[in-house]
Amino acid sequence: MYRELGQKSVTIPLTRKLWDINWGFVLLICATASIGFLMLYSAANGNLEPWASRQMVRFGAGLLLMFAVSLVDIRIWLQLAYPAYFVALALLGAVEIMGDIGMGARRWIDLGPFQIQPSEVMKIAIIMALARYFHNIGLEDVRRIRWLIPPLLLVLMPAGLVLRQPDLGTALMLIAGAGIVFFAAGVRLWKFALLVGTAIPGGFFAFQFLHDYQKKRVLTFLNPENDPLGAGYHIMQSKIALGSGGVFGKGLLQGTQSHLNYLPEMRTDFIFSMLAEEFGMVGALLLFALYILLIAYGYAIAYRSRNHFGKLLALGLTGIFFLYVFINVAMVMGLVPVVGVPLPLISYGGTSMLTLMISFGLIMSVYIHRDIDIPGKR
Amino acid sequence: MAGDQHKEKGRTFSRRALMLAGGQAALMSALAGRLYYLQVLHADQYAMMADENRINMRLLPPLRGRIVDRFGLEVAGNRHNYRVVLIPEQTKSIEATLDALEEFIPAEMIDREQVLTDVKRKRSFVPIPVVDNLSWEQFARINVNSPSLPGIQMDVGSTRDYPYGNLFAHIVGYVGAVSERDLQNQEYDPLLELPEFRIGKSGIEKYYDRTLRGKAGLSRVEVNAYGRVIRELTRQEGIPGNDTVLTIDRQLQDFAVRRMGKESAAAVVMDIHTGDILTMVSVPSFDPNTFARGISSTEWKTLIEDPKRPLGNKAIGGQYPPGSTFKMIVALAALEAGVISEEHRVFCGGHTELGSHRFHCWKRGGHGWMDMEEAIAQSCDIYFYEIARKVGVDKIAEMAHRFGLGETLEIDILGERKGLIPTRAWKEAVQGVSWQVGETYNTGIGQGYVLTTPLQLAVMTARLANGGKKVVPRLVRSVTGAAQEGAVLPRENPGGEAFDLGISRKSLQLVLSGMNKVMNGARGTARAARIEVEGWEMAGKTGTAQVRRISRKERLEGVRKTDEKPWEERDHALFVGYAPYSDPRYAVSVIVEHGGSGSSVAAPIARDLLQETLRLDPLRKPSYDIAIRRQNGGGDV
Repeated sequence: MYRELGQKSVTIPLTRKLWDINWGFVLLICATASIGFLMLYSAANGNLEPWASRQMVRFGAGLLLMFAVSLVDIRIWLQLAYPAYFVALALLGAVEIMGDIGMGARRWIDLGPFQIQPSEVMKIAIIMALARYFHNIGLEDVRRIRWLIPPLLLVLMPAGLVLRQPDLGTALMLIAGAGIVFFAAGVRLWKFALLVGTAIPGGFFAFQFLHDYQKKRVLTFLNPENDPLGAGYHIMQSKIALGSGGVFGKGLLQGTQSHLNYLPEMRTDFIFSMLAEEFGMVGALLLFALYILLIAYGYAIAYRSRNHFGKLLALGLTGIFFLYVFINVAMVMGLVPVVGVPLPLISYGGTSMLTLMISFGLIMSVYIHRDIDIPGKR
Repeated sequence: MAGDQHKEKGRTFSRRALMLAGGQAALMSALAGRLYYLQVLHADQYAMMADENRINMRLLPPLRGRIVDRFGLEVAGNRHNYRVVLIPEQTKSIEATLDALEEFIPAEMIDREQVLTDVKRKRSFVPIPVVDNLSWEQFARINVNSPSLPGIQMDVGSTRDYPYGNLFAHIVGYVGAVSERDLQNQEYDPLLELPEFRIGKSGIEKYYDRTLRGKAGLSRVEVNAYGRVIRELTRQEGIPGNDTVLTIDRQLQDFAVRRMGKESAAAVVMDIHTGDILTMVSVPSFDPNTFARGISSTEWKTLIEDPKRPLGNKAIGGQYPPGSTFKMIVALAALEAGVISEEHRVFCGGHTELGSHRFHCWKRGGHGWMDMEEAIAQSCDIYFYEIARKVGVDKIAEMAHRFGLGETLEIDILGERKGLIPTRAWKEAVQGVSWQVGETYNTGIGQGYVLTTPLQLAVMTARLANGGKKVVPRLVRSVTGAAQEGAVLPRENPGGEAFDLGISRKSLQLVLSGMNKVMNGARGTARAARIEVEGWEMAGKTGTAQVRRISRKERLEGVRKTDEKPWEERDHALFVGYAPYSDPRYAVSVIVEHGGSGSSVAAPIARDLLQETLRLDPLRKPSYDIAIRRQNGGGDV
């Protein structure tokens, strides 16, 4: 696609790349993941088995994958952007046809020993594809609606498939992540305003077509006290866990809400409530600080990248990371509906850990290859 | 220019990135703010809610107070209830465990179906009751073999136990499960909501329920979301109920019940000074243990359908015409009203005429000239027709009330009936017809409308024998230990002027002398039943109450003998008395339903009761409460 490479178009030697790996960033990731191990250790009542140890192994594998991804030349990732996107789209289509039924929704695809969740893959692929698209077109093109139709299609196709699974949370996540790339690429603000303006009444209209359990989630979110023993129970218990933690928390292994099973899904979606119960506001803010630092790194890397693809990729992936954190924490605090989004690096789970480490690898690849100039369209 | 556009693209990106960062920072601040709201501003509220989640209060039912007889003998206590419970989650197969259990106890003791339904309904860690009321041997055998019985747990509960069975059934009563009505009528006590809690349903158990109940203990336990108890946080033991000391002497009670045999009868023996009931019998009786355990419908049906009404306490709830035992009241009414002198005499020719109606004396040939003493001793009806007519029914009623008839005596168990003492006003109010003189005649010999209970007759006799003191009966002497909130305390007899009924000594003496002659006079109606032990001589009065009016035809054909009549048509036999005559201490009343004549059936029973009472002489022995007070170094009261 690209015709010329810049001055530093030569490949960077491996030793140089290793030297360039942003070890501070790696350290932050490890520190955050360690908090996750600690919480899983607590969730098992002070045992590494069965969750903490498995999570450590996954994280270790994830780290290796992250390094591998980070060392791959950014131009290769640029080249792979569209193919990856279409593979992911094909997988989403495949799920539609042959996916397993889990939790009342089709999300998984069975590949013998592995199970993959195409929607997770798509979260990265969509950012890569959009970054490549906007890398290639000029700023003036961005401001023409004609040029916005292909990327919109890139977003709406997978979002529609995910919605059909049905997985409202992930669909919205894809759209929001894509929105960040659109925004960073310089799409006019009034277009966003127009979109939001039409999306809200559209949302009300779409509400009619939601599944009952999804409607219930939305309604319960609006007034959890209405249904304290039914769907509102989770939010209520989560708020109790958080609030009763107070400033300094109840101490490791001392969380009554979590250890006496009042808190639902405490290893996965509601792990933040458990942390806030056992370590209080101090612990919660410490985790916030780590997340903010990680996000700040993401921004810094995006800023430092000389190529537009890298900038958009790093910013888009950081944006998705932020969305995960925000939506999960806001959810357990009762600020947004329960949508089933894990807390990055903390929640127990293999697939999300894997995709997360790949995105970190990509962000680091952007850093390592920050000075490579990839000309797009003038 | 390409370079410019490239730079412009970069600048736009930076600007937009800055905006994004600002937006994200704002959202993160919102999260931090929410954190502050939940964990600082509302921390206390959520901490409380977390505690409400995890802390369960469990009531620890207190041990129910015992009921002991006058001398400390337990007549109602608590027995260990050896039980076996099953914890479903601890066994792989419920059926296999139950099969194994059947090797140690009879299969019919286990209600398999019930157990299996309970297992399905309850959570797997909740103990399911399997068998109750095991013998110690069975319990021990299962306990030793518990390793081969997975899921089986031994448990010791507490049941109310009445070691003397039917002996005290009507006095002590029984306990039972709390009913919906109990919940509404009683002052709120969380204990009442415990499914296994038992409260008094009748007798002392009911009247003194709050005294016997005690105060609940409290255990705070931590439970998880599924209701499983994780640990006990704090435990505050309850306060056991107070023991209640009865006025009854178990030995005397036992004697009385055996003496009454298979009759349908009631008897009361009481202390004429303190009102202590030493014996109160109503036979036939029932076993309160069957109620405490939960009575079967067939057992219940048998009790309900028995014509001798074993469930009713005849001593306080049975209402009978007093017959001639009422004559003392008529005599005192006439004497105190001044309508006759002490020397007043009446000729008895066997009958007297009133208008066209003829009133008979029980003695067909007549008694001849009768004075007061002899009229009581020989129970001459003509004499009492005459003086009743002179004094009038209203004065008789007034005297009857002074002696406790026609009203409840507020004894400390429920089920007391008022009986009936007729007056002119009463008849007009109830029947709308004016009083007839003939009815005064009938009232004069304790027939007609007059109804009394055995307890009232005993109290009447006590008030006669104690020199006209308004003694009131009681069944409980004292309550041990410190009085608890809401506890019912035993009643005390008041002293002083209000205690005196205001009967002149001379009138009273004349009547008592007549009662003496009933037993000890040459022609006394109950001479055959007198006490011959020197110093123990008794005084008394017989009574025979007609159950149905004798028709003119029957009288012409000759009154049938008792034996010839069907049981339910026979006369009630009554007797009241006291002893010793020279130094009265104990009063007695006996009624044998459809027993025949008072002199031949009721009097011998009364004599035996008084004689046994004097032999045991419970008033001369220190009672349990006094013994305890002495033990505790308190003064002799």
